[in-house]
Amino acid sequence: MSARKIEQNRKQRELISERVNRLSPSGIRKFFDLLATMEDYISLGVGEPDYATPWHISEAAVQSLEKGYTMYTSNSGMPELREETALYLQEKYDIEYESCGEILITVGVSEALDLAMRAILSPGDEVIMPDPHYVAYDSCVILAGGEPVMVPTSQENNFEVEAKDIEERITDNTKAILLGYPANPTGAVMSRDKMLAVAEVARRHNLIVVSDEIYARLVYSVEHTCFASLPGVKDNTILLGGFSKAYAMTGWRIGYAVAPEEIIAAMTKIHQYTIMSAPTMAQVAAIAALKSGENDVLEMVEDYNRRRLIIVKGLNDIGMSCFEPRGAFYAFPSIAATGMKSVEFSDKLLKEEKVAVVPGAAFGDCGEGYVRCCYATSLADIEEALTRMGRFVKKYRKVYPV
Amino acid sequence: MLKDVLKILENDARTTTKQIATMTGEPASEITKLIKQAEKDKLILKYKTIVNWDRIENDQVWAIIEVKVTPEPEAGFDSIAGRIAQYAQVRSLYLASGTYDLLLVVMGKSERQVADFVSENLAHIEGVQGTVTHFVLKRYKVDGETFEGGEGVKRQPVIL
Repeated sequence: MSARKIEQNRKQRELISERVNRLSPSGIRKFFDLLATMEDYISLGVGEPDYATPWHISEAAVQSLEKGYTMYTSNSGMPELREETALYLQEKYDIEYESCGEILITVGVSEALDLAMRAILSPGDEVIMPDPHYVAYDSCVILAGGEPVMVPTSQENNFEVEAKDIEERITDNTKAILLGYPANPTGAVMSRDKMLAVAEVARRHNLIVVSDEIYARLVYSVEHTCFASLPGVKDNTILLGGFSKAYAMTGWRIGYAVAPEEIIAAMTKIHQYTIMSAPTMAQVAAIAALKSGENDVLEMVEDYNRRRLIIVKGLNDIGMSCFEPRGAFYAFPSIAATGMKSVEFSDKLLKEEKVAVVPGAAFGDCGEGYVRCCYATSLADIEEALTRMGRFVKKYRKVYPV
Repeated sequence: MLKDVLKILENDARTTTKQIATMTGEPASEITKLIKQAEKDKLILKYKTIVNWDRIENDQVWAIIEVKVTPEPEAGFDSIAGRIAQYAQVRSLYLASGTYDLLLVVMGKSERQVADFVSENLAHIEGVQGTVTHFVLKRYKVDGETFEGGEGVKRQPVIL
């Protein structure tokens, strides 16, 4: 880059808000630049289902368009969708929320998370979250004027966050705990006991718990515990959920936030000024998903599970030690055998074997030493990727003896 | 367990024993035994490939034939269905509710050949009252697979 261009860019960056400048895309920017130049690689880097939305769900939206449902809905979302959501939460987790006042329909969990943070944080407030974590968590906190505080988690404790580690980091400025289980990128599921311990800490310190449960339906051989269903937590909990992962509806951008009335009212204020209402056709599709999509979910989960078992065994067999992820559709193997950093590993793997994985460092300091492999892709691709990664690990194991 | 294995194979008959073992958590030797037994018990009849013959030169004509029959006093529809099923050109055969009784999917090399089968064989079987033949003009979807799906939707290669 020419000196003039660099100077130009520097000047432009000065125009950007300090908060946004803080959200530098870190070390993986170069990896993404590299990806853009590559073709014909197998991608285990995707973060969404490999199914199209079940047709009966899509069709409901098509029909709604034909009938002319193309206007705004109420700010908080269509009453029927809020009612169905309340019913769903009651049937699945035995929790009761008022469809009018305690549920807000959002543009995916992404918006819901942003709203939650902006609604509860004042400048300097701290939000404690596990590391590694989904990439938006710390960014949303920073954008809302807060400070993210990391709690390290590791493969040894199955990437579950421990209540005592949270408590050690509580200060006078701590406002909330942000949980995201089942987890992206690790696939970890949090046990009910560990959640109870976190709930107890939150209650004692009067903290809000924001629980992102977008992967709630994608669990294997375990039950998902909804944080909001724990005894005595309801008043301090913001539950975030959505349709993207369970019903293969990522592109529809539809989710929800469920919380006590005053919090939902605060979130709705922001939502009405920035979004107005979630897309109407997507809301109609979401109603169809809740009413008649259960079998689709079960079938997809069964199929993810088969691929999960294949990839986890395969990774361990080729020397990439991988704890058993019980949720989401990610495996998070260690790359310790190669001695490489995660960006270097991903870079070289892409160049030499044409397999794309996501460097663990993208998800926080504790993600270093790991890569995220999504198994929501064809079995044939998974097997081929495992063969190539096996060759790769073998090659570099010699260079960096463990 | 058996059901799981059958479902996996039904979805992809080329899934290896090793893969099935990993998917089900059973030892590979168990899976081999189970599959062998299922083959013996005729739970698994055949391993097939779905071919889109429309994409290459071929001489295949498909017809769907409705057949109205008089059921026999003791054997009902089974004995007559059994006789019809003997013909190699009958690829599928169902007993169906509605205005006819049996539904046949028939394959021939030409329309003439299918017509001959209907007039010379099918119509003469005792108990067959009448037939209605529909020639297939185009196959859109077979056994859950869509033939003209285009390229399919491409996902973004990497999403955090």
